[in-house]
Amino acid sequence: MNIMAQAAIIFGLCLLSEGLAALIPVAFPASVIALLLLGLLLFTGVLKPQHIQKFSAFLIANMAFFFLPSCVEVVEHAPAILRQLLPFALVVVLTTPVVYFVTAWTVQLLIRRGKGAGRRG
Amino acid sequence: MADTLLSSPFLGLFLSAAAWCAGCWLQKKTGLLLCNPLLIAAALIIAALSLLRIPYESYALGGDFIKLMLGPVTAVLALNIYNQRDILRENFLPVLAGCLAGSLTSVGSVLLLCRLFRVEETLTASLLPKSVTTAIAIGVAESQGGVGGIAAAAVIITGLIGAVLAPLFARVFHVTQPVAEGLAIGACSHALGTARAMEIGQVQGAMSSIAICVCGIMTSVLALFL
Repeated sequence: MNIMAQAAIIFGLCLLSEGLAALIPVAFPASVIALLLLGLLLFTGVLKPQHIQKFSAFLIANMAFFFLPSCVEVVEHAPAILRQLLPFALVVVLTTPVVYFVTAWTVQLLIRRGKGAGRRG
Repeated sequence: MADTLLSSPFLGLFLSAAAWCAGCWLQKKTGLLLCNPLLIAAALIIAALSLLRIPYESYALGGDFIKLMLGPVTAVLALNIYNQRDILRENFLPVLAGCLAGSLTSVGSVLLLCRLFRVEETLTASLLPKSVTTAIAIGVAESQGGVGGIAAAAVIITGLIGAVLAPLFARVFHVTQPVAEGLAIGACSHALGTARAMEIGQVQGAMSSIAICVCGIMTSVLALFL
């Protein structure tokens, strides 16, 4: 499919998601609604991967780039952060590896147990 | 002429693309973890803005175009998940349990440390959702009485830590299964970490994408009970 048609599908889904996000009573981001909608369309077979392949590949291959303006924006909040720098830095730096560790080992132990049970059974 | 340049969105677009290329080049040249293209590019832009006395608002005229694309970028992660559907089906329970453990640990550890350091309530509320994707984090922080901007900054810094240190974490914590590695990266450092996970491997990238989605939903639900 033509890349502009692919872009139209993705932009259309994002537009629809913003509408849905405004309808839901709790604060929920439109981007995640769009992810869920696109997932739904793919898993039900309404959309085929090749319908969005080219446009998606470009976005995903350059994903980190799209975060650049947000990173630059951190400077705008520097005064508020600097006022409480120590707790801010400690909380952000300490909790990140803890979350990584707990998530990774929960999954690793469960997968190993699953495989072990499979061999016994 | 200076005014024209400062009010053109191309300024932000040019600076972003140029700094990004410089960051990628430096990463390739040095191979250092700390030379993350995003980190380098952001530092270059911040330096350029302050040296040339360009107001942040002028940069944002173009920067906002790029930021807008974060929506479609997040949406197309669905394709990654779809492409790895067999692995997802095979590991459905570990995936859900891992995301739940990650979300609880993130919110719990932030609360615990904030109590320990006697951090003020507004900062605590702004830090609570730091492991989830920016849009969810701002919503959660503001509903808890936090400041959206500080929450976004915490999210970005957390994401950078995850993106830069993910390979180190895997080695230090002996994480060898790609499924576990991907979910852990997504759970602790959302889409920014996912960009890195995608470079590590396809399974890691897909699992990290799933973690963004599931942890985002779990954290926003968790926040309703705080």
